[in-house]
Amino acid sequence: MLMRQPFVMRLARLHSGFGWAVVLLLAAFALVVVPLLNQFLTPDSALYIPDWLVTLTGRFLCLALVALALDLIWGYTGILSLGHGAFFALGGYVMGMHLTHNRMEAGTIPNFIQFLGRDDWPWFWVPFQSFWFTAVMVFLVPGALALVFGFFAFRSRVRGVYFAIITQALTFASMLFFYRTETGFGGNTGLTDFRELLGFSVREADTRLVLFMLSAVAVLLSYLLCRYIVTSKLGRVLVAIRDAESRVRFTGYNPLRYKLFVWTVSAMLCGLAGALYVPQTGVINPGEMAPANSIEMAVWVALGGRGTLVGALVGAGTVNGLKTWITAAYPDLWLFVLGGLFIAVTLFLPKGVMGLREQITGRSKQ
Amino acid sequence: MSMVDTLRELGKRDEVFPFLQQAAPSPALDTRHGPILYVEGVTKSFDGFRALDDLTLYIDDGELRCLIGPNGAGKTTLMDVLTGKTRPDTGQAWFGQRLNLLELPEHVIAQSGIGRKFQKPTVFEQLTVFENLELAMHASRGLWTSLRWRLDGEQQDRIDEVLALISLTEQAYAPAGVLSHGQKQWLEIGSLLMQNPRLLLVDEPVAGMTGQETEKTAELLTSLAGKHSVVVVEHDMDFVRSIARTVSVLHQGSVLAEGSMDEIQSDARVREVYLGE
Amino acid sequence: MRGLSWKGAILWGLLMVPAVVVANTDDMSADERAEKLAEQQKNQTQTRTEGLSGEAASIVERLATDDWQAINDVVEDLEALAAPETLPVLQALSDRRLYFDERGRVLIEDPATGEYSDALTGETAEVSPENLSQPTLTNAIRRGIRPLIGQLQLFSDDVATRRAGAEELADRPRPEMLGRLQELRAEESNPEVLRLLNIAIARLQLDASDPEERLEAVEVIAEVRSARMKSELETLMETDAQGDPVEPDAAVREAARDALEVIEARQRTARFLGDLVYGLSMGSVLLLAALGLAIIFGLMRVINMAHGELLMIGAYTTFMVQNLFAVMAPQWFSFYLLAAIPAAFVVTALVGILMERGVIRFLYARPLETLLATWGISLILMQTTRVIFGAQNVRVASPEWFSGSVQLMQGVSLSTSRVGVIAFAFFVVALVWFVMNRTRLGLEVRAVMQNREMAAALGVSANRVDMWTFGAGAGVAGLGGVALSQIVNVGPELGQNYIVDSFMVVVLGGVGNILGSVFSALGLGVFSKFLEPVAGAVLAKILLFVAIIVFIQWRPQGIFALKGRAGDDD
Repeated sequence: MLMRQPFVMRLARLHSGFGWAVVLLLAAFALVVVPLLNQFLTPDSALYIPDWLVTLTGRFLCLALVALALDLIWGYTGILSLGHGAFFALGGYVMGMHLTHNRMEAGTIPNFIQFLGRDDWPWFWVPFQSFWFTAVMVFLVPGALALVFGFFAFRSRVRGVYFAIITQALTFASMLFFYRTETGFGGNTGLTDFRELLGFSVREADTRLVLFMLSAVAVLLSYLLCRYIVTSKLGRVLVAIRDAESRVRFTGYNPLRYKLFVWTVSAMLCGLAGALYVPQTGVINPGEMAPANSIEMAVWVALGGRGTLVGALVGAGTVNGLKTWITAAYPDLWLFVLGGLFIAVTLFLPKGVMGLREQITGRSKQ
Repeated sequence: MSMVDTLRELGKRDEVFPFLQQAAPSPALDTRHGPILYVEGVTKSFDGFRALDDLTLYIDDGELRCLIGPNGAGKTTLMDVLTGKTRPDTGQAWFGQRLNLLELPEHVIAQSGIGRKFQKPTVFEQLTVFENLELAMHASRGLWTSLRWRLDGEQQDRIDEVLALISLTEQAYAPAGVLSHGQKQWLEIGSLLMQNPRLLLVDEPVAGMTGQETEKTAELLTSLAGKHSVVVVEHDMDFVRSIARTVSVLHQGSVLAEGSMDEIQSDARVREVYLGE
Repeated sequence: MRGLSWKGAILWGLLMVPAVVVANTDDMSADERAEKLAEQQKNQTQTRTEGLSGEAASIVERLATDDWQAINDVVEDLEALAAPETLPVLQALSDRRLYFDERGRVLIEDPATGEYSDALTGETAEVSPENLSQPTLTNAIRRGIRPLIGQLQLFSDDVATRRAGAEELADRPRPEMLGRLQELRAEESNPEVLRLLNIAIARLQLDASDPEERLEAVEVIAEVRSARMKSELETLMETDAQGDPVEPDAAVREAARDALEVIEARQRTARFLGDLVYGLSMGSVLLLAALGLAIIFGLMRVINMAHGELLMIGAYTTFMVQNLFAVMAPQWFSFYLLAAIPAAFVVTALVGILMERGVIRFLYARPLETLLATWGISLILMQTTRVIFGAQNVRVASPEWFSGSVQLMQGVSLSTSRVGVIAFAFFVVALVWFVMNRTRLGLEVRAVMQNREMAAALGVSANRVDMWTFGAGAGVAGLGGVALSQIVNVGPELGQNYIVDSFMVVVLGGVGNILGSVFSALGLGVFSKFLEPVAGAVLAKILLFVAIIVFIQWRPQGIFALKGRAGDDD
């Protein structure tokens, strides 16, 4: 039978001593050093971290969280999703609904709901007044969509490129749905003009700093969760499903349950990322669900290296850093760079940056 | 069980709640009437081609049976039907008295005790040899148990034992993808042993093996018979002769002849099919 | 990879030369010129008179004035004269193309060429535009001119012109024309013109004081079953404030009720038929967009995310061909669309072959990576187009023979391009079928797709076949682009709008099955057209996606499953 050991022991084994040291160092940097440099240095100091950089990094952390979620499902289980943008945006919309409640004075409703000919909140808006309900829904809404969609798709053994295409249709359909004004989520403008969250102004630099730290904590905890999953036997079943799904079935495992589990966890992490992202950008609209966004997420993971978790974080940071820089400096070039990245990574870096060393040593051996 | 007991059961901290555990593979395998496998009147056609044509076959508990037949005789399709991969058009297939193989999904069939080795060796290439065996080990296949799974000493020993048996102790921590063809065959057989099934379906186990390896495989399969029932599909006649007690000849989707190797070899119809005489 | 950069550069360079040349030859850009040409061909109105004499000339002369009262008199006199040869003058007046100069000459402008002709002689006149002024018009005068034009058109020998006139009169007849309309009705031979005349007469007679005449009018309406008379009939059925029926005569009311029923039944049929054909047309667009994908995805199992961009390149090629014709061969302009078909095929096939040789062939064993790499290609193609042609839509003008409308039955007319696309789709499907089933290339393609090793052993170069298959699939996408250019806006994002739909068609139809794609595309088109009024366009689309996902539960292989052991997943 299962040998029981304290949970802490199991956690401790997620990494080698060196690995833990790196993780803790990074965590300390994000949670202690950055706030100190931002708060206690003057802008003329060389080490000063300006407020905009804190917000930008906070947003990147949210995207890195998406990459982590995508790596779990694509890198380990071999299921490429082109629909993670939908889960991300759903999490964002849930948070956006709460923030919209916060910006309205009691008894008033936003214009886009008035235009629908109503003078009160629709039923599906009402409960989002509560922060705690919202916090739960951030996970449940994307999770429920993923569970239902995944159940049907996995049950009929849709996979590989077919699954990718169907998920693309999923995010496309969601986008169309949210674009409709009659749906009641602000149509193509989406939700914006946010003011406060739990009584703090989301436009204040201090709140932004806290949001950044929260994002960092979210990434850290999610990373540990993913690490916990992939180092367990469940993780090995996932890899086995990626390699030879029918063999897994003939060994007595039901791949449906396993796939559905990681698929739903992955969607929930995306929802969390979206919910943290929205107060930091100040807007959520259906454009986030555009199929192109979801495909771009795949290149983050591919560039970093699939099935490594760390690679996903590295890739998300690199691509988004490049994007921020190039779209500002050479706007016409960005799509060439991104397109080139897609081609170059698939042709020359099948294992991503993390697999580069292995790729080089592997070649020299031959 | 009284309610107090139920509550006490739920309160135990060292065990997973019973309701969280996946329904265990049905222990209801009932072989009191002799045969462990009943295949009756199974027909399966693909686009008009009858891969199985009213096939009837019984395998006794503990028996070692060899299936031979020319290409396209329906051997692999039969395995597919028995493991739930393919659903036949008509017919019956029962595992013991109670388990209707035609209604169960693949993983439930596997859990209830039918193990399969594929013609083309399939192992989990990205996992190590050790992990391949670990995954195959007979244990709960539930989601939560696998999330919290740890090997105990006994299980560790069992894996080491099988590793030694299939001569892969040295490669235990190498990814299975780097193994040679023969080693993959062995690993797949090893995985079957870990699964500890009541019925083993073994498709061309010695393809790509050296003479010595073949001999060892023959030895292994014969030793399994008795405790397990084994069905072997093989083209290598020498190998079949070395292990077989009963041989069934499949031809155009149905059983052409059944008997000992000698009887089969002297059967005129079999000679016609095989040698075109 | 090596080849892609420089070969691609040369290709785009070649494409750009005519574009640049064309754009700089004239003060008018090539696409503006093309639009004018198309406009001119469409507009069949005569732009000059054949010379006027006698009374007509003396009346027309009086147009050279600023006094709107005087113009009103001229129009009344022309109406009394009813001379068909004054038609160009009236049309010019109505379209504000009529001028007079300081010498009192009355001049008509040709909208396409910008030339002026003398209204009295019909000859080209040299004028300096700064000396021109326009006669003053009031809205009342303009309203009066249009039925007059219609009436004069009825004397024309050309059926189309007569029909245009009758169309105008059926909508806005004037009571004083009743007598003349009845005379014309007696002489008219064309059934469609006759029908319109009947409507015009009936409309006038409905106001007659004699119940017999009103009854006759209602019966005529019932006979021609014209939907445009519905509201008049409904008025007859109403009651006024005192509760008395508007129509005092019971027989007329009874006839009106019957006529309404007939008209409504006709409308239902018309709407159904119209929706059906429109849906088929939408389906044909989908089919043309998806067919190339069905070939590439179906036969090669390559997910080509740049498929939409191949459509886009096909559409831009059409645009280029149009510009070339506008500048190099304006007299052949109406045939540019025919020339664009092979051109688009060749250009997109070349782009496809470059893609296959440069990137895709290295990724055959890794379908998900192909998906990502082709997405990268699509981004690059899109951005390249944006850099060359700009981010705005370009103007593709339909030639005259492709831009009118086709009347399927009375009350159901669809634009020619919508109907033409159906025919074109069938042409392309037939072409693909022919190539796949009746040519050596098709045989080799099918052989390689079924069993690479075996085909290779028989001496078929799988490598080469891959290249040609991909090229052909891309070329077919180019043909789809030609069709799309006639229906939707041509811009760099054209392809993005079709990629998801195209994949849905292929998945629904069953991968590897071109016939399945045909049925699923047409089915999706018709289905969504009929769903639209119930659910709204967007919701209809969402419902379709949901339906497809549910459908795949039931039949994972698509509508037309290719059964067999080869369909296995391992």
